[in-house]
Amino acid sequence: MSLLEVSGLSKRFGGLHAVKDVSFRVEKGTIKAIIGPNGAGKTTLFNLVSGVIPPDSGAVLLRGEEVNGCPPHRIAAMGVSRTFQQIRLFAQMTALENVMVGVHPRSRAGFLAGMFHLPWTWREERDIERRAREALELVGAADLAGADATSLSYGQQRSVELARAVAAEPELLLLDEPAAGLNMRETSELAKLIKRIRERGTTVLIVEHDMGLVMNVSDEVAVLSYGEKIADATPRAVQKDPEVIRVYLGDDAC
Amino acid sequence: MQLELVLQYLVAGLTYGTIYAVVGVGFNIIYNTTGIINFAQGEFVMLGGMTAVTLHRFVPLPLAIAGAVAVTMAAGALVEATCIRWLEKPSVLRMIIITIGVSILIRELALVSWGESVRALPYFTGNEVSSLTLGGVHVSPQVLWSLATCVLIVVFLWFFFQHTSLGRQMRACAANRDAAALCGIATKNLVTLSFVLSAGIGALAGCVVSPITYTAYNIGTGLAIKGFTVAILGGLGSSMGAVGAGFLVGVLEAFSVSLMPAAYKDAISVAVLLAILFLRPSGLFGSGAAARLKTA
Amino acid sequence: MLGSRYARVALFLAAVVAVQLLAHAAEKPFFLTQLTMAAYYTLVAAGLSLLMGYAGQISLGHAAFFAIGGYASGYLTTVDLTARREGPLVAVLARLHVLVPHADLYGGEALSFHPWAAFAVAVVLTLAVAWLIGVPVLKLKGHYLAMATLGFGTIVYSILLASESLGAADGLGSVPPFPLLPGISVGGGRAARVANYYVAWGLVALALLVLSSLVESRVGRALRAIHGAEDAAASMGVDVARYKLKTFVLSAVLAAVGGSFLTHFNAGIGPAEAGVMKSVRYVAIVAVGGMGSLWGTVATSAVLTFLSLRGYFGTLDDAVFGAVLIAVMLFSPDGVLRFDPRGALRTARDRLRGSGVAG
Ligand SMILES: Nc1ncnc2c1ncn2[C@@H]1O[C@H](COP(=O)(O)OP(=O)(O)OP(=O)(O)O)[C@@H](O)[C@H]1O
Ligand SMILES: [Mg+2]
Repeated sequence: MSLLEVSGLSKRFGGLHAVKDVSFRVEKGTIKAIIGPNGAGKTTLFNLVSGVIPPDSGAVLLRGEEVNGCPPHRIAAMGVSRTFQQIRLFAQMTALENVMVGVHPRSRAGFLAGMFHLPWTWREERDIERRAREALELVGAADLAGADATSLSYGQQRSVELARAVAAEPELLLLDEPAAGLNMRETSELAKLIKRIRERGTTVLIVEHDMGLVMNVSDEVAVLSYGEKIADATPRAVQKDPEVIRVYLGDDAC
Repeated sequence: MQLELVLQYLVAGLTYGTIYAVVGVGFNIIYNTTGIINFAQGEFVMLGGMTAVTLHRFVPLPLAIAGAVAVTMAAGALVEATCIRWLEKPSVLRMIIITIGVSILIRELALVSWGESVRALPYFTGNEVSSLTLGGVHVSPQVLWSLATCVLIVVFLWFFFQHTSLGRQMRACAANRDAAALCGIATKNLVTLSFVLSAGIGALAGCVVSPITYTAYNIGTGLAIKGFTVAILGGLGSSMGAVGAGFLVGVLEAFSVSLMPAAYKDAISVAVLLAILFLRPSGLFGSGAAARLKTA
Repeated sequence: MLGSRYARVALFLAAVVAVQLLAHAAEKPFFLTQLTMAAYYTLVAAGLSLLMGYAGQISLGHAAFFAIGGYASGYLTTVDLTARREGPLVAVLARLHVLVPHADLYGGEALSFHPWAAFAVAVVLTLAVAWLIGVPVLKLKGHYLAMATLGFGTIVYSILLASESLGAADGLGSVPPFPLLPGISVGGGRAARVANYYVAWGLVALALLVLSSLVESRVGRALRAIHGAEDAAASMGVDVARYKLKTFVLSAVLAAVGGSFLTHFNAGIGPAEAGVMKSVRYVAIVAVGGMGSLWGTVATSAVLTFLSLRGYFGTLDDAVFGAVLIAVMLFSPDGVLRFDPRGALRTARDRLRGSGVAG
């Protein structure tokens, strides 16, 4: 059984068919990339998988279980975590606190426990902080822990967002253009980091425009164009696919 | 219920509906150019009515009304200049609190200057007992004055927004503020203008209905809630919708008085507001686009 | 964090004692009456601070919850069930001492709810109302949430005003004192002034302890995350709707506790407690104290409410709150405690210049 299976997924915005009958699978322990020109529907696809918006039709299966229609927090609780194309850090919170929110699905202290500061929550709180610091360490941002998250530089904010997404050690991690705005050195660091995240047991689905990064890290690449999937194969095969070259790599190839 | 009674209620409802409609339209004008719901909208109506009553002690009625509208427009401009203009992308919460603060200040100033007494302008033509008989119903001429004013305001606004360059600029500003600014439109001045306009029409309506509905320093909050109800019911941003919804709410309220204690009258429109917000956020006449704004 | 929280509460209690001693030394013991009332209003502000400052949700209807708590306590402890003494339910409740006989206004005997029972009902009732209102209302945002809560407040106000059994415009009177513990009751006039003062502010201290624990917990972090970026919080596993609802209910219950206690303390309550202006005052206090600053809110509430109750603002009472609201939101939207005069001056200058160009 695949970790994630998307079948016949469609989403319209008014007259615009943003995602059209898209199906694909992501096997456990792999890194899969989704590429496609601007406006192809990649972010919309992520929003559908993570429950931010409901699909018009089709199904999203997580470990064989249908999750479309579930609210995003339920899907997060099932081990799916994500970053955003437009960075969405929590304002007026430190980087560490941001990442600690990422551990939410792995902790359980509720209102009463918090109000009365019950002893068992002390241990949990320490555990949350430890996981958060580990995650910051993993992305190489341990020194930013105490900084106000939204005052950081763009690249640093990306790191903190990534740490927040991996802090709960998700089964499936969705990365929406993680290399956007990074320089070449930072991008190659990112490639190593993504591989390290996979080694920790997290399956990765990544949307990215940086072809170097995509070809470097991914086991499989799916290509979207105008909402439709036009290819889904190994990086090499996709690079040679004439259809892909025409709609997507066209400018580069010629 | 006898037919005649029904018609009387209808007439009463239309009179109150006028004022709700105009407050709703006022909300829309400011909302369209700024994205702000001005909680002080009802205070403009009060300010118009009260100022006219005072001015009328010294000058003839038409002059008093013109003066009151001018004073209220100036107040609108003052509010915008001091509290809105220089804020850079303020949060919604901040704008709500500021306009609420403004409404309190205006109300308290009115209390200090005019006291708690209930006032009214004299009837424009005839007096409280004179009436015209239309199809068997006795209608005060003042009701006709109110309806005519409402129509006048709508026609004026339609002409202004469709056929004047300033009006077209305001529509551009409503469609996309940033783009309008890039095209060289002085959006800040248009925001001032929108406050002036909605203060002016509010004041005018406040004068015209005051012989029937009376006015007092504290009528603003109730009008704001009803005007907002009307604006939502008509689809936020749509002036025609607000007018229709205004009459609807007015009539609904008038009939509710025949069914339950008058004290619950205000609760009716709030219940309508809550029902609309929960069931059909795009309003009766509105589109889905407006609805998305509500939860997005 | 832990140490600092208890240290702050201790400091707070020390301030409470100091104020009492000062009032005593200045031979102004009657100040304690208004200070006690201020404490109960402060409970509302503290709860609202959690809702507005941390979860980022405005409510213009919290006075209604205060009034629901107060009216429930006031009504149940003054309603006379003697006539229904033979009814099975009344008989059982009387046997359980939920209903107790007490002297009524005219020296006769009346059978009413024990204040503790009434208090329990007040809390549960408020919880239920807040829950029912919260589910649909909290789906709304921004202006819509503000108007919907304002609308809820006006409905409660007009119902109270129109209900003869709740005293209509006069409200409820002759509410008996609330025997909290043996020897300590809420209410009871001048003799019990000092004890009442400590009960009230002790309650505030307790609320502060509980709320500041919550704020620093996993839930508090999630609430701030909702405030910061709701969709991202949801994608991190935070059940946004549920957290908002629970926060709303919690703050409503705190308001009801304040209302219930103040009704016993004052021996009565009127419909004005549910008025829109009251709700706006609570919002003003939270705004001045600083969104997301529980301690700032409590300090602001104590000072502003006390001054207002003592009548220092005269007939301009409401106007002062309006002016304070505008001033704070214009110049220091994070609260007066975080006012940065140089920064404000700089932005004011920039903006004046900016608008000069645009205008
Ligand atoms: N909420 C929405 N409402 C209306 N249209 C939308 C919405 N979200 C996305 N779209 C449209 O759907 C199409 C697909 O958008 P999407 O963001 O998924 O593209 P993308 O592949 O992520 O592009 P990019 O590479 O630029 O990030 C676009 O035309 C976009 O304008
Ligand atoms: Mg995208």
